[in-house]
Amino acid sequence: MRLQYSPNIRIVEMPCSGTIDHRVLLQAFEDGADGVFVAGCMEGDCHFQKGNYRAKKRVNAVKKLLDEIGMGGERLEMYNLSAAMGPRFAEIANEMTERIRRLGPNPLKKQSAETTEKEGDVA
Amino acid sequence: MIIAQQKPIKDIAAMIADCKKVLLVGCAGCVTVCLSGGEKETEVLASSLRIMRRLQGNPLETVTYTATRQCDPEYIETLENLVKDVDAVVSLACGVGVQYLAERFHDKWVVPAQNTMFVGGSTAHGVWEERCGLCGDCILHRTGGICPIIRCSKSILNGPCGGSQYGKCEISKDVDCAWQLIYDRMKALGKLDKLLEIQPPKDWSKSRDGGPRKAIREDVMIG
Repeated sequence: MRLQYSPNIRIVEMPCSGTIDHRVLLQAFEDGADGVFVAGCMEGDCHFQKGNYRAKKRVNAVKKLLDEIGMGGERLEMYNLSAAMGPRFAEIANEMTERIRRLGPNPLKKQSAETTEKEGDVA
Repeated sequence: MIIAQQKPIKDIAAMIADCKKVLLVGCAGCVTVCLSGGEKETEVLASSLRIMRRLQGNPLETVTYTATRQCDPEYIETLENLVKDVDAVVSLACGVGVQYLAERFHDKWVVPAQNTMFVGGSTAHGVWEERCGLCGDCILHRTGGICPIIRCSKSILNGPCGGSQYGKCEISKDVDCAWQLIYDRMKALGKLDKLLEIQPPKDWSKSRDGGPRKAIREDVMIG
């Protein structure tokens, strides 16, 4: 299966979506990610019973937080798919890439660029 | 434990709007257990504030630390070096911790990140309920282990009142009538006769009527 999906996606492997932490998601945005999607197992299929449900709750909490702080919760999403669903993964990757393209780059990067430019001007 | 809930982030951000570098101090006591001001929450708040300020084009530098407790002087003494070069200290402890920090570092701007709500415990994951009214004169031995001071909406000592309907309080169908709970428990224990005993008026002088209270144990005092 030689599936193609947007090359701009960086995969961060976690032992289980249930290990997703608010801090990890926020860190991704602070480090410049334009968007993040969490790919957990299918609902009801978690090897650890509730890992993906817990991930979903945390993702929703962080989406709310991102809205509150002005970053925008739509830059983060949770998807459920199994390890055997390659075509679906490619589809999600493209879907999320499209969404983020529509939203534009991480506004923090824009800020950093402006600051750097400003500093450069002063220098 | 003391239950606290974090203030809205925009309110916390407003308190430190003119600061460039802040120290966020979590507390490993009650607020860690009620998941509002421990190490994790401190880091999440720091990250949120940093993102918010960067988006506003006014970056904020943060330092985080979680004290074993903020309500004991020896645990905040270690903060001295961290406090030195920050513009403000944000405490994620209960109101006690905020005051201890403000007292110890009196030349620093110390602000609360939390609203201290009540003394209670968890009834399910993520759910905390008020259980003690801190009245200073416990009567739980007379009420079947159920506190009418805080769990009865009117704090009445000879309930239930007319607002008790089918075991629920008139204020909400989700709130149990404390006196119904007391009656049911005393009945189950075969101690209903205890409720008939005439009680003198409760001694409220041990509550808040005399200003802030103090507890002294001379046997453990040093010096």
